[in-house]
Amino acid sequence: MTGLVLPSIHYLAILPVVILFVAALVLLVASALVRGALSRALTTGFTLAASLAAAAAAIWQWSYVADHGATTTIAHAIVLDGFAVVSSAVVALSLALATLVAHDWSRREHVAGAEYHVLSLAAAAGAILMCQANDLVVIFLGLEILSIGLYVLVAFDRQRAISAEAALKYFLLGGFASAIFIYGAALVYGATGSTNLTSLSYFLGSNTLLRPGLLFAGGGLLLVGFAFKVAVVPFHLWSPDVYHGAPTPVTGFMASIVKVGAFAAFLRVLVSALGTQMTTWRPILFVLIVASTLVGASLGLVQRNIKRMLAYSSINHAGFILLGLYAADARGSAATLFYLMTYAPIVVASFAVVTLVGGEGDEAHSIASYRGLARRQPWLGGALAVLLLSQLGAPLTTGFYAKFAVLAASVDAGGGALALIALLGAAIAASFYLRWVFALYADEGRGATRVPVPAATGLVIALGVVITVLFGLWPGPLASLAQHATVLFTP
Amino acid sequence: MHSSLWLTVLVALPLAGSVVAGSLRRRAGAAYVAGVVTAGVELVLTAVVVVLYNGHVAGAATFDFASRHVLAAPFGLAWDVALDGISLLLVALTSLVLVLALVGARDRRREPAFVAWLLMLTSFTMGSFVSHDLLLFFIFFELTLVPSYFLVAQWGAREAGRAALKFFIYTFTGSAFLFVGALYLAFLHQHQAGGDLTFAYGALSATVMSRSTAVWLFGAFAIAFAVKSPIWPLHTWSPITYAEAPTAGSIELSALLAKLGSYGLLRFAVGLLPLALTSTRPVLLTLAVIGIVYGSALACVTPDLKRLVAYSSLAQMGFITLGVVAGSKIAMVGAVLLMFNHGVITAGFFLLIGFLERRRGTATIADLTGLQGPAPVLAALFTVVMLASIGLPGLSGFVSEYLILIGTFATHAWWGVAATFGVVLAALYLLWVYQRVFHGRATGENAQVVDATTSERWVMVPVVVLVVVLGVFPKPVLDRISPSVQQLISHVAPAGVSK
Repeated sequence: MTGLVLPSIHYLAILPVVILFVAALVLLVASALVRGALSRALTTGFTLAASLAAAAAAIWQWSYVADHGATTTIAHAIVLDGFAVVSSAVVALSLALATLVAHDWSRREHVAGAEYHVLSLAAAAGAILMCQANDLVVIFLGLEILSIGLYVLVAFDRQRAISAEAALKYFLLGGFASAIFIYGAALVYGATGSTNLTSLSYFLGSNTLLRPGLLFAGGGLLLVGFAFKVAVVPFHLWSPDVYHGAPTPVTGFMASIVKVGAFAAFLRVLVSALGTQMTTWRPILFVLIVASTLVGASLGLVQRNIKRMLAYSSINHAGFILLGLYAADARGSAATLFYLMTYAPIVVASFAVVTLVGGEGDEAHSIASYRGLARRQPWLGGALAVLLLSQLGAPLTTGFYAKFAVLAASVDAGGGALALIALLGAAIAASFYLRWVFALYADEGRGATRVPVPAATGLVIALGVVITVLFGLWPGPLASLAQHATVLFTP
Repeated sequence: MHSSLWLTVLVALPLAGSVVAGSLRRRAGAAYVAGVVTAGVELVLTAVVVVLYNGHVAGAATFDFASRHVLAAPFGLAWDVALDGISLLLVALTSLVLVLALVGARDRRREPAFVAWLLMLTSFTMGSFVSHDLLLFFIFFELTLVPSYFLVAQWGAREAGRAALKFFIYTFTGSAFLFVGALYLAFLHQHQAGGDLTFAYGALSATVMSRSTAVWLFGAFAIAFAVKSPIWPLHTWSPITYAEAPTAGSIELSALLAKLGSYGLLRFAVGLLPLALTSTRPVLLTLAVIGIVYGSALACVTPDLKRLVAYSSLAQMGFITLGVVAGSKIAMVGAVLLMFNHGVITAGFFLLIGFLERRRGTATIADLTGLQGPAPVLAALFTVVMLASIGLPGLSGFVSEYLILIGTFATHAWWGVAATFGVVLAALYLLWVYQRVFHGRATGENAQVVDATTSERWVMVPVVVLVVVLGVFPKPVLDRISPSVQQLISHVAPAGVSK
């Protein structure tokens, strides 16, 4: 009698996911066993340690990959390559930064208990799983773990009804998108006989489908599922409401790790599994990029609420990141990775400032709250100005090189017109960033109170600024890292 | 060959000064002194570089102080600087204008930040002029936007926020075309030559391309430079921005940043894409002539002194564009000289308007009358600058405009004829405004106007000296420009440029 045959497991490959999951479980069990609430410093410290341990595991993985090349494990469902390692590290570090912001926020808003950290650890584990997935089913698994954690986190602020409303909206639309994604995976399985990305690529490379309709339908549905998760136009409608409604540290967390996880998996599916179908999906991406960069920027112009504005800004950024996918080659993949590496710290730090200015109750998010901030508090206001200039793409910040990388990839791949349209979108977006910067340095608002800057959040903001300026002056190391990571990318 | 360290210092020094001035937040006087000292040292260093410059370095095609260090290979990013006769002149202009703006247009509102932004802007402008690499030039070109945005938005007049935003968005949009064009050109070169991505000027100028590719790229480059210059019809940001900006901002924008546009057009559009010149020349010549006539016509009717200089600048930039694309060496030399002369003259204009604004709180022409009586020295200074701008023989404006016009007549006579109307119109609007502002009887507040103070007179000395000296004896300057223009033209020659 043959029992269930377990595939061999290479534990190093799944170490970051395991660390974060186990940490989440330990924290959950501990909070149930301990009488009363766990101390805030303890839970934050524990989460921080877990996320840094996951990042350290990624470094260990990197040296393994450098020696052994890209490998797969667990019946080829998980891949260990440079791209997965670097994007996992980005997720883990974003989690660390977001945890610090959440620490000060939870003290200000009197949120007790370990649940927040349990959920954020689990969500980050899901995002890392997506970075490493080499199988549509595993991607789905990662996507769901990530999303379910986030649904609850979005609703975490029980004081504001809008938080629950946003969570419900996110949950309904997100559930819908997940269903579309898994249906797409099923259709692709029907067309090719596999859900494994490597097998898909091999099958499509060595066979010609006489009736590709099923594959196209499946691929199209996968694309819609991803487009929803990364919020590109026209699948973006949820994002301004959810960004606005969610507690601000959660928004920052979401904006960074969801983008990293979802884009990493998106890239794998499009470039490595469906690379042979490039001529079919490129026109679709073309439309998505044009729509996201232009619509994202234009609608951002009319927002009065900072969080909604940042939501449109992130839609605009998503359009830019798609340029790297459009290129669909080593340069494009490296550019995408570079963009994600630089975007994640900027966005977490930007939302950290927004969290602080939001004040108790997390409600002061109109642009008026920022009038004269840089006059009253030059360091805080100046930091935000630098972060915004980086998002705008000004030279001497990482934002410039991120845009440079994806635009170069797109131009090299024959998408010169597309690059131009995207840049015009960036020019439109520049005006809302600048309006914000102008408000920061405006003369009025002298009577306003000083925004307190707690140590942990201050550290996150400082790190974000240092990263964006340091690597903006000296982008070589990060760019080489992204390039090396994608050299090890399995086809 | 001299060390490129000179140029690196020219770029780094104002940036360092900017950091120092910015950090003296609570000590406005000290910050201002730091700024003036930096500007003075910068001017001295520039003078040394001008003297040291050697246009005969073997194999360097009139470039000196050259070196190239790759900073980030994946991006093709390199610190690549060099000077030739053309950029030498603009580097000198940059240092000079900084001193004029700092000393002549001092703004005491939050002075440390003001000085810091001004120095930073100078550093970036300097960087653009010494860049010998398309990407490095682009980065500095973009960077200049940030300090100029803050200068205009924070120290400008009532509508300054809107004006600064308009300026930023216009230029940023124009740069989008330049950036995509630059990337395309670099990849074209990489696919031909192999190796790493590079934006080095020498490498890119050797790229082989079809005429239609060249025209597309030229169009993309020209849009960015036409916005910055400005060239009609992409000029609409400039009148409001010049008018709303603080005096120092107007000086920097019109005297220096505008030159980034025409310099870029000459060096990168014409220099790198000579094949496109035959097809695009009629278009650019026509736009330049329209700019000359349109700018002069609007200068006649505008009610505001700053706007008048803005429209007059549009006309002058039209002359420069005419000279750059006319396809004759003489016209091109004239264009380069006019870049410098217009910088000096327009800085003089804005300084004088700033002096008037200090006294009267307005630059509206209708509010000013009969100032010659109470302020004869101011009137005299205005007369000199004005006559130079009109193109009176013996003053600097004449030499450059004359060179441009005779060059254009030789190759494209009808455009030359049309452009000459601009010279006539310039005399009309400038003399007319002089009459309205300085002639007649001063009454009320106008009668109380104090004449130019000692420090104001001293600030105007370099302007007047340069206007007169370059009008009488431009040879040393022309001798430095000519070989470099010759070099550029010999590369462009197949596209029909008469030597």
